This record gives sequence, structure tokens and C-alpha cells, in this order.
Amino acid sequence: MSARVGVVVFPGTNCELDVAWAVEQLGGSAELLWHGERGLDNADAVVVPGGFAHGDYLRTGAIARFSPVMESVARFAAAGGPVVGICNGFQVLTEAGLLPGALQKNAGLAFLCETVECRVETSASVLTGLATPGAVLRLPINHFEGNYVCDAATLARLRDEDRVVVRYVRNPNGSLDDIAGVCSEGRNVVGLMPHPERASDSMLGSEGGVVLLRSLLEAAAAGAAVAS
Amino acid sequence: MSVRFEARVEITHLPGILDPQGATVERALPALGYDNVSDVRVGKSIRLVLDADDEAAARDQVEEMCRRLLANPVIEAYEIALSELSAP
Repeated sequence: MSARVGVVVFPGTNCELDVAWAVEQLGGSAELLWHGERGLDNADAVVVPGGFAHGDYLRTGAIARFSPVMESVARFAAAGGPVVGICNGFQVLTEAGLLPGALQKNAGLAFLCETVECRVETSASVLTGLATPGAVLRLPINHFEGNYVCDAATLARLRDEDRVVVRYVRNPNGSLDDIAGVCSEGRNVVGLMPHPERASDSMLGSEGGVVLLRSLLEAAAAGAAVAS
Repeated sequence: MSVRFEARVEITHLPGILDPQGATVERALPALGYDNVSDVRVGKSIRLVLDADDEAAARDQVEEMCRRLLANPVIEAYEIALSELSAP
């Protein structure tokens, strides 16, 4: 049976169909999860996709974290379920306290929309299980607030625990320590600014995201096998 | 009988956290001839009205709002100023 991926949709989310398409291209099945519902529809993995959840009012992700679906996502994550936040989804997961740090305005205040090189730093996460550490992936970024920050103690911990999942080869936005994505202590929650789903077919200009999404589907299927 | 307060919350970047907007404004001001400016910080101001038993209760509640929603303690500091609103 193929892995079921729940894709969370807030008012203002705009990457949910791209994620669902990419998941289905790779043999998974995708279900959209409306933010006002609590159910996760028996998902084996959850993706919080990009966009502008609740208009990004106040701060990116600040309002979205109070949506009913987020309680279920937090429970799912606490039980070890794979959760990935992409771009705005990463911002939502940091606001929800599921990932450390915060994302603020890019250094230089430029909105960035380009394909960048990202280095996989660890294969010990639900998004990089099939990737080789050191591999460089071409992934699109598309954000104004992707400048990762955290305090010195948190950064030291992220490094010591090998929780920086992907780094930019050339830092585009001022992110601390070139961080493009991090994972939780349990390694089952991952957030990243680049968009793997937009690099999931050669027609899109890059297939760099395929190994990441395949890793997620495999983690989801493994979890489903344990649960059943 | 509760009292009506106006709260003004000023939210700024924590010291040590890069403030990209402040840095940009700081670079722009000398272009207008203001060469004597440093340490520019751009923040947010939130104004709200609330009813509470007294000023301490009002402050506690606004503090809680700051921690839970209005500010992100990972990158932001906040200051609260309260004033009692007189009856119209």
C-alpha cells in the first residue's frame, strides 16, 4: 500500500497542490487537510506546505499555529510521525514550537526567487534517509523571510546533535550557519526553506527534490507498517 | 468594577539578533545627509484596549499575550506601557 501524505491547507497556503502532485508522481497518495479540522485522515506523514498562511499577519506562521489541525499535527509529531514543513510550513513549525529557532526577513531585505544549491548534511532525518551526506541538490527557494536565527546555545545543540539537515552552499538570505533546514530531537520533524516539490521532475528544471520526497514516503511507509 | 486600560506594546529585535530592516534604514539615512545616526532598530507597535481589575492584572494579561502571540520570544523583545482610559 502506498504511503498516505496529509497536506495541511491554511487560508493563504498556495503550494499544497504542488506537494500533492509530487507525492503522487512518486507513488504516494496525498490528502489535503483543511486547517479548521482536527483529523489527519489516517495520514502516515504530514506536510505543511508553503504559502502565506493566514496572510502571514503579525509574523509568518504566528496565527497558523493556533489552527485546530496543528494540535493534531503536534500529537502526531510527538508520537514519532513524520512531519515536514516547507518554506511557510517551516515558519509555522517554528512558531508552533515543533522546531527550534525562527525565520526572519532576509538579510538585505530582498525577496528571493531562484534555484540554489543545498548540501545534505545528514541522512538521519525523515526527509533525508535516502540521501547521501555531502550530496548537493539544486532546489528552488521563494521567500522573503527565510533568514534562520536561533540563540547560541540552540545552535551549538543543533550542531552537536547533527540536526542541521541541509545547508546552503552559498548563503542567499543571511541564515545563521548557512542553515536551510533543521530537524527535531526525534529527527521526525523537519523544516526547510527550499521547495523539494518544485524540483521533482526534470521538466521543472531540477530533480533535486526527488530524493527528499522519496525519503519522506519511505519514512511514512515504515511508520504505517509499524502501526498496522 | 473593572477599569479600562490602553496598552501599547513595543516589539523590537532582541539585542544580538540581526535586524535586517534596521540595518537597511541605517544605511539609507546617511544618503540623506544624516551621518550621525547609529543603532537603528525597526520594530512593531501594537495598541489594544482591555478591561481588568487593576493595572497589575492588566499587565499580567498583556505579558501573557506577548509571550503566546504578540511577540516571538526567540527573536523579539517587548515592552508594555499601560495607561488608564478615563470615562468619556
